[in-house]
Amino acid sequence: MPQLKDVCRFIRSKNAGPYWITVDLYFDAANYAAYAEAPGLSIEALARAAAVAPGEVRKFVVPDLHVVKVTYPRPSPQGGVLERDLHGGQQFVRFQALEV
Amino acid sequence: MSGENQPITNVLVPTGALGAGVRREHVWAGLVAGPHAIACDAGSTDSGPAYLATGKPKYSRAAVKADLTILMQAQAQARIPLLIGSCGTSGADTALDWTCEIALEIAAEHGLSPKIALLRSEQDPEVLAAKARAGKIRPLAPHTEASPELFLGCDHVVALMGPEPYIAALEAGADIVLGGRTTDTAVLAALPLSRGAGAGPAWHAGKIAECGGLCTRRTRDGGVMIKVGQDSFDVEPLSAANACDPYTVSSHMLYENADPFLLTEPGGVLDVREAVYEALDARTVRVRGSRFVPAPYTMKLEGAGGGPFQTVILVGIQDPEVLAELPRFLDQMETALRRRLAEAMPQVGPEAVSLRPYGWNAVLGDAPPPGTPTPREIGLLLVATAADQATATQIAKTCNPILFHMPLDPETELPSYAFPFSPAEIERGQVYEFKLNHVVEVDDPLELVRMSFVQAGAR
Repeated sequence: MPQLKDVCRFIRSKNAGPYWITVDLYFDAANYAAYAEAPGLSIEALARAAAVAPGEVRKFVVPDLHVVKVTYPRPSPQGGVLERDLHGGQQFVRFQALEV
Repeated sequence: MSGENQPITNVLVPTGALGAGVRREHVWAGLVAGPHAIACDAGSTDSGPAYLATGKPKYSRAAVKADLTILMQAQAQARIPLLIGSCGTSGADTALDWTCEIALEIAAEHGLSPKIALLRSEQDPEVLAAKARAGKIRPLAPHTEASPELFLGCDHVVALMGPEPYIAALEAGADIVLGGRTTDTAVLAALPLSRGAGAGPAWHAGKIAECGGLCTRRTRDGGVMIKVGQDSFDVEPLSAANACDPYTVSSHMLYENADPFLLTEPGGVLDVREAVYEALDARTVRVRGSRFVPAPYTMKLEGAGGGPFQTVILVGIQDPEVLAELPRFLDQMETALRRRLAEAMPQVGPEAVSLRPYGWNAVLGDAPPPGTPTPREIGLLLVATAADQATATQIAKTCNPILFHMPLDPETELPSYAFPFSPAEIERGQVYEFKLNHVVEVDDPLELVRMSFVQAGAR
């Protein structure tokens, strides 16, 4: 079964303010059509990859850009005692091996 | 663009952040195209809570002075307003004053005499606690409460201004407006809105241009010009060698935004669901269909304060036998550290130490997937956290011998891992934390803003 990193052009993550992470999944047209709404990219699957509850995940499809955007709360606010990734820029790795 | 009779407002956006780099040749090229204003921001929360909690800027004084010199010279030459929002990273009062002092120094050195408006949006936590008690403050997700104590726990609180204070400052004759914390978009949208541009195009243009060249193909190559009309706006790079295309422009709505279609601003919501992006030529994009839906006026609040203190120790490990069994070694290390701390410092809880094996799983903190190759070396970072610096350092010192000498197996000869520093422990200071994610209702966009003026060059 292909993994997300095999079907995306690239994946990036970043904070969206101090309390949220947002992940952009960039596809080409064919893979976007095949995967954007596929069960492999369900809210539940994305929540598992993000290690948060499904109710906390927001998924947006952006057909004009062939992008799926995933936004979820940070486990702790940016920069606190538990911080390991201040800008959220490495969180995309959690999604790379998601089986689609 | 929008018919011959409608005014177009050109705003030169020289950079995504004052201090990150302004290119003189690009600004001068932009001036030729006839901008009505130069505008950019100088801060955000992106860089973490320390800058707001301390009121100290992220960029160096030298970097901000270099950029601001170019912009002030351009302002004086073109006789157009210069608007800078979120001065000094956080937009707190001390950060705004720091920026103003640099501006006055530049004016003195270059014989410039602009009238400078200062817009303060730092808030007294007591005033906000009272607003919270009056039910005028509500939490934004994922926050669920707005208790008055939250505000009193902040060292600095700023409210994000909209465009109205900038417009008021310009009407009062300011040549340069230095603002405290402001939404990135509002600084760029202010002059177009005051000149009668459409609200949808003005706000959308502000959003697209807020990071300077990030909406262009060569994202590091200078700033952009926005040309805002009644029904549409155009965006093009300042550098002739750079280009915007519909993809680079529309995809900027994804960047650091939780929602790619809706953006909440102080007086309403920008809605770009119907926006159409069209290449006007090889380097310019025209955007139509942006809408701004007015809503009751609110200002977002940002607050941060100091938390506990941390001391760290970094130790390098290259022993192949240890690395071959790294998960077991790390588990043992964790257990040994906790046991030693429980013996020597029983008042300290298990959350006082965090082990971060760089080269293995320090960044995400999760279990590496099966088949992850053995690293050649790791940097094991111990983070000790306590209510005060001295205790954090005592915790780190208690951990030191175990970090230094713990063998993989008890019967092996005593190993010594590689400390890079003496003393091994590093007092890294206070942890700062964001504490607010709220909006406050105001009756007037200037209610929580204080405006003052400074005449540069006055003897």
